[in-house]
Amino acid sequence: MLIHSIFFYFFSIIAIFSSLMVITSRNTVNSVFFLILDFISVGCLFIMVGAEFLGMIILIVYVGAVAVLFLFVVMMLNVAEQKQSWFIGKKSTHIPTGLIVSVLIFLELLVVVGGWKYKDNLMSSSSLIFSKISNTHQLGLVMYTDYILYFQLAGIILLLSMIGAILLTFRERPGVKRQSYIKQISRDPKTSVELKNVQSYEGVKVDD
Amino acid sequence: MIEISLGHYLSLGAIIFFLGVMGIFLNRKNVIVILMSIELILLAVNINLISFSIFSGDIVGQIFTMLTLTVAAAEAAIGLAIIVIYYRNKGSIRVEDIHGMKG
Repeated sequence: MLIHSIFFYFFSIIAIFSSLMVITSRNTVNSVFFLILDFISVGCLFIMVGAEFLGMIILIVYVGAVAVLFLFVVMMLNVAEQKQSWFIGKKSTHIPTGLIVSVLIFLELLVVVGGWKYKDNLMSSSSLIFSKISNTHQLGLVMYTDYILYFQLAGIILLLSMIGAILLTFRERPGVKRQSYIKQISRDPKTSVELKNVQSYEGVKVDD
Repeated sequence: MIEISLGHYLSLGAIIFFLGVMGIFLNRKNVIVILMSIELILLAVNINLISFSIFSGDIVGQIFTMLTLTVAAAEAAIGLAIIVIYYRNKGSIRVEDIHGMKG
């Protein structure tokens, strides 16, 4: 239990520190790197608490896909040079409002966490979690039967976002030669191939 | 203190949620950092869902975490696509320069 708590504090301190660095870092590329560190430490927490499948999914989806997407966009748009500075430069009127709102949200969450009364049999009622089969097996048993509709809706959301992203960023550039599949497929042997009767000592003229 | 309970995980989720909200409000320079703050908020929601799922012994919380993850990935893709075309059209994605709707 001591090892468990030591690891919990280690990973959660890293997570809090790196999420603080995400929002205060002056360079956007550094923010993305701290975001990756945050995802990794929270994924380790998930693995530690017993949700191994979701910890690995966090590593694959967030670190492998989303953070790399952020990194691509940051490097493509050349915004790393735009230093983000809150306190120097032009006075912004949003900072006091933002501080008040976010501190209020934090206090509300603390009140909820502090005033929460746990049910007596909350910890002991974990029948499914500590059973023989693994976490992934349990997820599959529930997800593909009772929640199949939500699973397929998630797939449709992913398809829609893919179509939307491609449609948004696609642009037609004039003067760029590109392959036309329709023209390639619809070629006809009668118009594209010509039989020539080659005479001796004369050859064939190709370009007419 | 030594015994890690549900309250510890909920506090961690609350702190990360708070940092994400603060990042949205305080950042006045770069839209990409606002998207990253939204990712932080969704991560805090995931922490809450998974800790409740583990400590109450119900697997459904983890299934909803997967759905949240899907929505987060879709949101990141669409948001970054919008940022890319905005940069292509206007040449800047600083928050101060985005005032086309006079908001």
